[in-house]
Amino acid sequence: MIWQFDLIILTLVVISGIAAISIRDLLGAAVLFGAYSFMMCLAWAVMGAVDVAFTEASVGAGVSTVFFVAAVFRTSRRSKD
Amino acid sequence: MKKFGLACILLFGAVLLYGTMDFPVYGDPHSPASQHVSDYYIEKTIEDTAVPNIVTAVLADYRGYDTLFETAVILTAGFACFFLLRRFRRPPPKFRLYRHLDTGITLIFEEGAKEPVDSDEFMRIDSQWVPYDLIIQKAAGLVVPFLQLFALYVVAHGHHSPGGGFQGGVIFGATIILIAISNDLRSTSRRISESISAKMASTGVLIYAGTGTLCLLLGANFLDYGVLSQLINVSPIMARSHGILLVEIGVGIAVSAVMIWIYYNLASAGRHDEGL
Repeated sequence: MIWQFDLIILTLVVISGIAAISIRDLLGAAVLFGAYSFMMCLAWAVMGAVDVAFTEASVGAGVSTVFFVAAVFRTSRRSKD
Repeated sequence: MKKFGLACILLFGAVLLYGTMDFPVYGDPHSPASQHVSDYYIEKTIEDTAVPNIVTAVLADYRGYDTLFETAVILTAGFACFFLLRRFRRPPPKFRLYRHLDTGITLIFEEGAKEPVDSDEFMRIDSQWVPYDLIIQKAAGLVVPFLQLFALYVVAHGHHSPGGGFQGGVIFGATIILIAISNDLRSTSRRISESISAKMASTGVLIYAGTGTLCLLLGANFLDYGVLSQLINVSPIMARSHGILLVEIGVGIAVSAVMIWIYYNLASAGRHDEGL
């Protein structure tokens, strides 16, 4: 583990997580959640858990973002709160 | 109320962070999690199963029950989306849009008008108007075969490199979703229909459970692949390796089909006529 990488990745994880729950635009929240998943994938890869990183990249950053976008497309793009 | 919630979250976060201070150091071989079976897996996996990737061996062989029921959970997710979202009886739409392919003109067909079904010159398009994207369609069509080949590689090469049924299945399902996004949902669901994806999802779980039952019928424990050597004429160690491949294929089929199925139901809100 290289602590500089860890610091950058974890900072980006926290930033994208907070941004994903505070943004009003739900499509933007879906994209930010994909960025969060990708940063988590990098964190797993840095820790040497390559299989988990692969799953996170394909499921978290890939398909679940598509599902969120499809759900936003069929409901509303603005959140009430 | 909002401030109270924020205070609660900050308090619980501080308690959790305080709790992590008691965690063992990263990679500590004397931590409780590494005390019991980790040594056995690290030392004996190659001898037992001839699989270089320990994660795959643990996932599909030593902890086969977990993975079997994980696959069942994914199948249940597909069924849950189906039962929640699918609508079979739908009123006919007020109008339908067709595009004349040669000129690019969009025509509106009101209810009752005779529609050019199965015509080469007209193509039905979604009611939320979409421009004709030649570049996106052709580019997606160009990368899809390579992505599908990569998905099969990930499933088949899970013994030696990161990957396996889950990841390969998700990538395969994502390629079909890519086709559905870049073209349209109707033409994709004509190729891979909802009933095929539902049957494939069930078949995948059946392959996994059937492999376990086959071991049971041959006189060993459930999911104890070593006994498959009676059928395929290899040593029991290689039989465990091949058994892992068999269940990974089952997982891959189930996961890819469920991803396609959930996407169809989500993107068309259960109507399966037009989507993202």
